[in-house]
Amino acid sequence: MSVLRTLLASLLIVAAGVATLAAATDGFRAFTSETALRISVREHPRALPPVALQTVGGKSIDFASLRGRWVLVDFIYTRCMTSCSVQGMEFAGLQTRLAGPISDRKVKLLSISFDPSHDGPRQLAAYQRRSGGSGAGWIAARPTSRGGLEALKRTFGVTVIPDGLGGYVHNAAINVVDPHGRLVAITDWNAPRQAARDVLLDLAR
Amino acid sequence: MNISRDWKQWRGLALWVVLALPPVRHGLEAAMTLQMLVQIPSLALAGWWLRPLLSGAHVPESLSAWNRNGVSGILLASLTTMVWMLPRSMDAALEVPWVEGAKFFSLPLLIGVPLAISWPCAGFVARGVFLAEVIATAFRLGWLYFISPVRLCSNYQLGDQQWLGRILLVIGASIFLLLAWKLLWGRLDSSPNPSRDNGIWPRPTRKRGLHE
Repeated sequence: MSVLRTLLASLLIVAAGVATLAAATDGFRAFTSETALRISVREHPRALPPVALQTVGGKSIDFASLRGRWVLVDFIYTRCMTSCSVQGMEFAGLQTRLAGPISDRKVKLLSISFDPSHDGPRQLAAYQRRSGGSGAGWIAARPTSRGGLEALKRTFGVTVIPDGLGGYVHNAAINVVDPHGRLVAITDWNAPRQAARDVLLDLAR
Repeated sequence: MNISRDWKQWRGLALWVVLALPPVRHGLEAAMTLQMLVQIPSLALAGWWLRPLLSGAHVPESLSAWNRNGVSGILLASLTTMVWMLPRSMDAALEVPWVEGAKFFSLPLLIGVPLAISWPCAGFVARGVFLAEVIATAFRLGWLYFISPVRLCSNYQLGDQQWLGRILLVIGASIFLLLAWKLLWGRLDSSPNPSRDNGIWPRPTRKRGLHE
């Protein structure tokens, strides 16, 4: 009897375990929080919080003022010597790749600093210059309040941790915001082609 | 009842409480290596140490009929371990309070306690399968963390992850060597164990098993 009971108990435990693992991984699709974030955004586009951003020119904008066009968003800090400097070059490359839709006012690029106490308009302008940006259609900006920054980090799933050397480590990505002002996709920061394709495919429709 | 036995009864609860203290919790979660190799095993150990508190009349003896050779308990512990080894779970524990709560309860109660109950009545095969799986998991995860060029936890640095990978590989190799040693020169099970089928709470065996 005890063999059968143990078998039954074990089967129940395995069933519960597999169900828990499935729930914890979105059906065995997401083993890391980054993958889970991307699946969640694809399946449930997120409305963006009304956060005021100060641009290089000193102007104040928010996501509502960018409605009606696609916006590719990334998060940076200008002191970064590693991946963010490459992120900048990728965005400069996107400017060229999407030059047509940008001049048609259908696409904008937006780099947001998560280090607003250091990154003022001057630092952001220098960052764009250093990355080879041509100016047109690429906004660099910083949130003007701490609460705004936190709201952005929450919505975009940005995790920033100190790197122990005075800088930061963060989950860099290209965030795709649709013309309705919703975050609809997150792609690898070093795969701008994919983000561009998402946008161009929709514009061609 | 002497003082040392009293202490042994309560050390599980004491460890559990200490691990839950905010400074200890934050300290052990500051690095991926610490969370996975110190905090998580310590929570399971706290559960293992809870066993004397649970023994006696609190647990129905008939439970042992559902846990022949400790198979059910070892399965429960293994599956719970799998959940908490997901990089996503380690991240979520830092970010979502209820996940952290689930971690602090499930590690002692669903890993430590069932292992403490089941290991003494587990035979050669159950122990061997479990340990082989522990070794394989240490190598799989260790290799993954060691070679992955991307961070698998958003809250931890790449260097931390690679360190964890190296240490896991060393742990896997150590358990393998220990097991090989036991196979060649010792014995894996603690039989003859007169109380094996008598109930869920066999007396601790004289011969030291691998778990000690």
